Amino acid sequence: MDMNQYIDIFIEESKEHLQSMNQLLLKLEETTDDLSILNEIFRIAHTLKGMSSTMGYMKMAHLTHEMESVLQSIRNKEILVNVYIIDVLFECFDTLEEYVNELIKNGAEGDIDPKPLIEKLTGIMNNDYASTDISSIRDNENNDFKQTNNINIASKFSIELEEITRNAVNQARERDFNSFKIKVVLTHNCMLKSARAFIVFNTLEKFGEIIKSKPSAEEIEDEKFDSSFEIIFITKLDERTVAKEIQGISEIDEVIIGEIMAESSDDSVLKDKLVEEVAEYQVEDIEHSSIDTKGKKSKAKTSKTVRVDIDRLDNLMNLVSELIIIKTRLEDIEDSKLNTNMDDAVEYLERITTSLHDAVMKVRMVPIERVFNRFPRMVRDLSKELGKEINLYMTGEETEVDRTVIDEIGDPLIHLLRNSIDHGIEDPNIRERLNKPKAGNVFLRAYPDGNNVVIEVEDDGQGVAIEKVKNKAISKGLISKEVVENMNDHEIANLLFKPGFSTAERISDISGRGVGLDVVKTKIESLGGLVEVHSEANEGTKFIIRLPLTLAIIQALMVTIGEEKYALPLNSIKEITTIKSDSIRKVQNQEVVLFRNNTLPILRMNEILQVNEVTEDSDEMIIVVVKKGDKTAGLVVDNLIGQQEVVIKSLGKYLSGIKIIAGATILGNGQIALIVDPNSLF
Amino acid sequence: MAIQEYVLFKLDSEYYGIDIHNVETIEKIMPMTRVPYTRDFIKGVMNLRGNVVPVIDLRKRFKLREKEYDDNSRIIIAKLDEVTVGMIVDSSSEVIQLVEEDIDEAPSLKGTNEENFVKCIGKKNNLIIMIIDLYKALDINSIEKDL
Repeated sequence: MDMNQYIDIFIEESKEHLQSMNQLLLKLEETTDDLSILNEIFRIAHTLKGMSSTMGYMKMAHLTHEMESVLQSIRNKEILVNVYIIDVLFECFDTLEEYVNELIKNGAEGDIDPKPLIEKLTGIMNNDYASTDISSIRDNENNDFKQTNNINIASKFSIELEEITRNAVNQARERDFNSFKIKVVLTHNCMLKSARAFIVFNTLEKFGEIIKSKPSAEEIEDEKFDSSFEIIFITKLDERTVAKEIQGISEIDEVIIGEIMAESSDDSVLKDKLVEEVAEYQVEDIEHSSIDTKGKKSKAKTSKTVRVDIDRLDNLMNLVSELIIIKTRLEDIEDSKLNTNMDDAVEYLERITTSLHDAVMKVRMVPIERVFNRFPRMVRDLSKELGKEINLYMTGEETEVDRTVIDEIGDPLIHLLRNSIDHGIEDPNIRERLNKPKAGNVFLRAYPDGNNVVIEVEDDGQGVAIEKVKNKAISKGLISKEVVENMNDHEIANLLFKPGFSTAERISDISGRGVGLDVVKTKIESLGGLVEVHSEANEGTKFIIRLPLTLAIIQALMVTIGEEKYALPLNSIKEITTIKSDSIRKVQNQEVVLFRNNTLPILRMNEILQVNEVTEDSDEMIIVVVKKGDKTAGLVVDNLIGQQEVVIKSLGKYLSGIKIIAGATILGNGQIALIVDPNSLF
Repeated sequence: MAIQEYVLFKLDSEYYGIDIHNVETIEKIMPMTRVPYTRDFIKGVMNLRGNVVPVIDLRKRFKLREKEYDDNSRIIIAKLDEVTVGMIVDSSSEVIQLVEEDIDEAPSLKGTNEENFVKCIGKKNNLIIMIIDLYKALDINSIEKDL
């Protein structure tokens, strides 16, 4: 049977499945024992396996099959989930995604070898890596402490190894670190217990890492403990030295110390094998893996949907656009003839076309979730790679935007997020020095705002280094020194978007490849949007993207300039006013008027649009006040025609690159009017 | 023998031809909207049955003197790769067939204005027909460089 006709559906569905598996696995990483998540992953993996083997993609099928077995064992509690397994599963997802991408490009699954991964998976299955190790830790927890001469051993530790600590201990052992449980009992007359405990912590941290304490560090700090506390400590030192170090601190009554023995001698062969596999997973990773997606817990919901080719929707959209043009034309006729019946009919037609337009628009709307979904995973990987702990908070995933926007907005957002994590968020030790929480926070928000959708990427990092940007901009010759001196911090920060600007001192894999933020800006402007940056030194940086809800039909104000008609997008118009021509003043070659106690730059549209006819200055001038962000300007026009719904048509490739013209629209009488892009005037 | 068809048009008293595969339709003069910040030979955009199509004045492009449009003036809608462009010509009414031996290489003359746009010369019925190189006439390459 010819499968080619199904390949598109296969690709589309596999992508969705991989996306949801990624999300679910992230959730599983947080709450390791949620069986429902596991079941869901298992179900999806099973579907994917079925699909790929039906299509004859044997590598994919094979890999998913092995994945499924591992998931099955986890489900049956034969294997306990740990960071290693989760990482391997993520690797599997990545490889599967590569197969799918290969399919898109070449129509075949390509020649990535799934073997190494399959071996890893069977490794997890067969050598009982997880189960023996972890259970042996468990067995040994209470009774395998070695006795030494000068230290008392109490068999009773109440501190317990959790999954994550156990893994840390495991991995520490692979790297020849010792793990100890230490119980410190303070003298009864100790006055400042938390301070004493703090000294113990400090002392120990010179020699290793405290991975857990009971009571928790916060509780100890608040003196919420009796006279003793317990910690789990990973170090290169031996037991005796550690004990001595602690006993050297005053007001300590007793130190009980025991090594955590994680394995019996007979599986040392196994251990060697494991060292290879686990070596790259550093102890720190465990702490950094706390990526927090505060999304709502949504179960994959099944709804009645139809998959429609976007081209068909575009076609429908075009037809609706034509209908709107005809409607406008009828309105024009109606103006000339006074006929009430006609009036009613046209009004009714208008109502219907408006709802039809809304309906079609809605069909094309997709929740921005589609784009946001892949970010938690990306941030997780990034934070591991950079050794920075990052919490990603996403809100407003349900905000709907046009499908065309969805397809285009992903890359700019990735760029901004990477930028925030790589350049914005400081290294953990710097953050601690600055009294900031060790984990950096990145916020990704989306919300509708009138006819726009706003997306914000915010971090609580170091902010834009204004001086650095200044110097860089000057040294790169992007701007002259005199101009920079007159700029405020906000304007300087926005120099980041200039082409050829990149402040990264070291080129990293993440960002700062010299491409810089101008790519982001270009992309967003091509979508009819705006981007700006707000930054506060040491408080953080916030990128604000404003996008139009729809790209096809807008509300516009029709004006005449000379004899020509132009459309001004309504969403950038603040107000319309008239001014006396003698109130115009000249400041540095720029005409301005005082308007509502602000100086408003005046732009003569007939000059800007190269209109030949010279219109004489009348006493009163019509000014359309347009805004971009918090900037305003007054456009001089000759006449106002009225508000109208216009369908944006591109001027085509041949006339691309005219900044001031956003496109053209066909008027009711068949004439073409150009749409002015007021944003380009600032 | 390969027969090629060309749309024949006139500027002043000279005959020109374009490969028929590049011609979509031929229209009478219709209203155009001027577009600012374009090169001088671009007359503007027109509404071709709901599509916005840029129009160039071929006389201006070939640096001939300008002439009022009249009833004989036509807009040849040409399509090249992804670009659709209208070209205003003095008149256009026929399609001619040329075989290989009717076609000569373009003489590489210096000093005349249109030499760059002429791909080759066709001869038929005592007519000399300059076959246009659309890429050069429309200056497609410089657009692609801009992109």
